[in-house]
Amino acid sequence: MSPERRPSFVETVWLVTRKDLLIELRSREVVYTTLFFAVACVLVFAFGFVREGIAVDDAAAGILWIAIAFSGTLALGRTFERERQNDTLRALMLAPMDRPALYVGKLVGVLLLLAAVEVIVTPLVALMFVAPLFAHPLLMGLLLATGTVGFAAVGTLFAAMLVRARSRDVLLPILLYPITIPVIIAGVRGTAALLQPQADLPIARMWLSMLVFFDIVFITLALWTFEPAMTE
Amino acid sequence: MKKLFTPLLIVTAALFAYAPFAIQNAPYESTMGLVQKIFYFHVPAWIAMFLAAMVCGIAGAIVIFAGRKDADRVALAAAELAVVFGLMGLITGPLWGRKAWGVWWQWDARLTSALVMWLVFVAYLLLRKYGGAGSEKLSAVLALFGMANVPFVYWSVNVWRTVHPKTSVVMTLEPSMGIPFLLCSLAFVGLFAVLLAARVRLETVRASVDELYLSLED
Amino acid sequence: MRRLLSLSFAFILVALPSFALQQPPSPPEGFVPASSLPGQEQLPAAPLVIIAYAVVWLLVLGYLWSIWSRLTQAERELADVSRRLAAGQRR
Repeated sequence: MSPERRPSFVETVWLVTRKDLLIELRSREVVYTTLFFAVACVLVFAFGFVREGIAVDDAAAGILWIAIAFSGTLALGRTFERERQNDTLRALMLAPMDRPALYVGKLVGVLLLLAAVEVIVTPLVALMFVAPLFAHPLLMGLLLATGTVGFAAVGTLFAAMLVRARSRDVLLPILLYPITIPVIIAGVRGTAALLQPQADLPIARMWLSMLVFFDIVFITLALWTFEPAMTE
Repeated sequence: MKKLFTPLLIVTAALFAYAPFAIQNAPYESTMGLVQKIFYFHVPAWIAMFLAAMVCGIAGAIVIFAGRKDADRVALAAAELAVVFGLMGLITGPLWGRKAWGVWWQWDARLTSALVMWLVFVAYLLLRKYGGAGSEKLSAVLALFGMANVPFVYWSVNVWRTVHPKTSVVMTLEPSMGIPFLLCSLAFVGLFAVLLAARVRLETVRASVDELYLSLED
Repeated sequence: MRRLLSLSFAFILVALPSFALQQPPSPPEGFVPASSLPGQEQLPAAPLVIIAYAVVWLLVLGYLWSIWSRLTQAERELADVSRRLAAGQRR
């Protein structure tokens, strides 16, 4: 790549994501710890919600999404803690690139991480709670995708902004959960609709469309506010 | 703007003084009886809370995109008011609901979303208090996102079945109920404006103190 | 003193579950006229209404007082700092 030509938006996104992936692949710290945490979450909830060997109704849907939310918060915190420790976020901000591209690059990295977690956790929940999560794989996959995107979009923005704040560890969940509760509600209700003996497809599709709408609104907001909010 | 403060204060005080009489004279609602009268304070409190949320969000947007410090003071004041009015709504609602529905709380869309909205502004205040320097911009982003959640609140009650009266109830009120309701709503909006002005003044004075301290050190 | 504290702590631990075990009634399908509810469900409405209004007034007045006291404190500080600044400049 010639030094005179500035990389395009997509190229920048790929550069940022690739950097994060390479660093992560070397130690695999965040991936392993987040995965284990998600599995532990599911287990703890299993002990909480299984009565006489059978799970309470709709428990599977709730547990799946709570595990994603909790492990997502953890992953966000860890990812940006790494940036903070080496002060690399400031370096990234100084680099001559589109700020929104930096945001999207970080977001894609977090999404890939959460996708890896969901690939493990979803079958686990389906198994442990005898829930037919794969009866409608396309719809289920779309619900997971749009929900994760919504959660990660808000989370990446907040985690990036908290890098220099005090009490950042506890403030991330405090800020993130109220804003993303609509995502969790939609995800859980949509998944629960799919888990019914007679899967309620129109309801699931309705929640899916709400998630899509939510994603569009909040990614747009995040792209708008990332640069002015991150610069002094 | 400052000249409006005293007349507004007088009008609001008058409305609040008259309100108990207006509420007293309003007819009983057919199914809920006396307890429905909480409606005259409950709904205006939520109206004021949403108003505060909007003001906070808009002020936050100005802080982020125009970088103005005085907008930040308004945002902080509005967030505090959102928490106070939201608390009013959250306490009066269950008191009404206990009698009208038989339960203190329902996990339906409207109540849940309103509670979430309230939590966003509590989180705002926590961030401002414990986030250290430079949390003005982050809290402005939070307020903006909180404001963006407001449509989801209103939309959810019309999409998902709920025992909470639909928003269209207000439009179909008879005049005998509608007028006291309007009076109370105006009273609360006036109260919001008065409290906002007072709270912003507090922040302005604090900002002057900070500035003077800085020049003292020079 | 310590024994009293640990006794009361133990008592609270034991008493809490009894609160948790109270079952709330299931939510009604729609608006149910109060007169058709079983006897023990008929709550007197007046205390609820009075408490609701009292809470609103308390919150409003409490918040007003809070702003007022913080404002007087800030203005006192402002006067103090201005005085110190003026004294420093005169030197």
